[in-house]
Amino acid sequence: MDFSVIINELPLYFEGLLLTAQLVPFSLILGFLAAIPVAIMRLSRNPLVNYPAFAFTYFFRGTPLLVQLFLLYAGVGQLDGYSELTKEFDFLKGAYFFALLAFFLNTTAYTAEIFRGAMAETPFGEIEAAKACGMSKWMILRRITIPSALRRALPAYSNEVIFMLHGSALASTITLVDLTGAARIVQSRYYAPFEAFITAGVFYFVLTFLLVWAFRLVEKHFNKHLNRREETIIEVVT
Amino acid sequence: MKKFIVAAVAAAMTFAAGSASAQEEIRIGVEGAYPPFSSVDPSGNLVGFDIEIANALCDEMKVKCTLVTQDWDGIIPALLAKKYDAIIASMSITEERKQKVDFSEKYYNTPARFLRKKGSGIEITAEGLKGKSVGVQRGTIHDTFLTAEFPDVEIKRYGTQDEAYLDMTAGRVDLLLADSVAMDDGFVKTDAGKDYELFGPSYSEPKYFGEGAGIAVRKSDTELRDRLSAAIMAIRANGVYKSINDKYFDFDIY
Repeated sequence: MDFSVIINELPLYFEGLLLTAQLVPFSLILGFLAAIPVAIMRLSRNPLVNYPAFAFTYFFRGTPLLVQLFLLYAGVGQLDGYSELTKEFDFLKGAYFFALLAFFLNTTAYTAEIFRGAMAETPFGEIEAAKACGMSKWMILRRITIPSALRRALPAYSNEVIFMLHGSALASTITLVDLTGAARIVQSRYYAPFEAFITAGVFYFVLTFLLVWAFRLVEKHFNKHLNRREETIIEVVT
Repeated sequence: MKKFIVAAVAAAMTFAAGSASAQEEIRIGVEGAYPPFSSVDPSGNLVGFDIEIANALCDEMKVKCTLVTQDWDGIIPALLAKKYDAIIASMSITEERKQKVDFSEKYYNTPARFLRKKGSGIEITAEGLKGKSVGVQRGTIHDTFLTAEFPDVEIKRYGTQDEAYLDMTAGRVDLLLADSVAMDDGFVKTDAGKDYELFGPSYSEPKYFGEGAGIAVRKSDTELRDRLSAAIMAIRANGVYKSINDKYFDFDIY
């Protein structure tokens, strides 16, 4: 193996890293925000509210991300009049918008199911206590159900974040030069698949490590109240 | 009944052994996404100029050939990994590739050109190309040429030429650069490509485009390489090449 070719191509990898580091957080933030209402809809007993949310999560969890990406990018691109639209709306020209859209919808569906599970598990005592205090339905949701569900969902959600990072490699199939896209260019230029993909792998490895570490800090912060020694401190503050 | 099975198995084994010794087998890597040279028809069969040349060469060398489809990106690594023994995939003979593989003599040579939408009015000047995007197939001579000679355009790289055509018709890319014959027959003359045209000069600088398309083999397989070169000469001489050529093109692409 000859890693000297990689040194020359490091700028390309950093360019790829920049795109990955944009696509993944953007789709995750949007997905997180959209997942909360979808999860609430999923918990509703009213079929008019529940079924659309169910159909959405069922579709996006039931098909591969690659299929969704191809449907949105290649499929939509073949619709009549699409090429006329690209003249008016510049963002339709690039692949970026479609990658972001596919990732966003996909992560929304998975995250919504994680949150739904966590909300359904809210201890009944907490809700009963809130009711006894005279809180309305929405206030209970806002003050009790959602915050405690998000805390409980953290470990499962950190998995989803890592899956999203690794799933973003699929952006390279629709002309985007993300980390994997950079590796594909390098391998086709030097016919050195090992060197090209090992380098991309190292980048993903470091990113994953950073994410795991960040989630540990976040979990520590939000689950403080579950830690006995710090309990007294919290009581003093409130 | 038992005796019959034993006899049948024995007969099958003799037959298998007999045919193996009688006919050598060569596996050939092809791309299958580069019309009219190499593509998959609706019923799933490989068709195209490369495919027919491959079969003609195998007939000429009296060997049994198995065609293996492989995406362009990994086509040389897969040869080196012995997934097949030769590549017949319109691969241009270039210095970079010669570092990794050996080539037969060329079996065709056609220049590269740009493609644009009719009436788009794009010209190949520094001014005309400003802010335009050009699609190429990743890891091809066209990619190398464009990257080196047109540093200011936005380059969109595709895994296959077919994907580049799809984005062209979707209006996502302004120009394509590829082999002129491949684009003319594989796109412009088809229904999807009727609003598009080849334009500008023909590019064939040996520095980027090499000496034409050849058959790649592993560097250790010099014997196979020479047999393939001899077979190309033979089908050129006996008219087989011409009959295949004329099925696809109205001029000699050798």
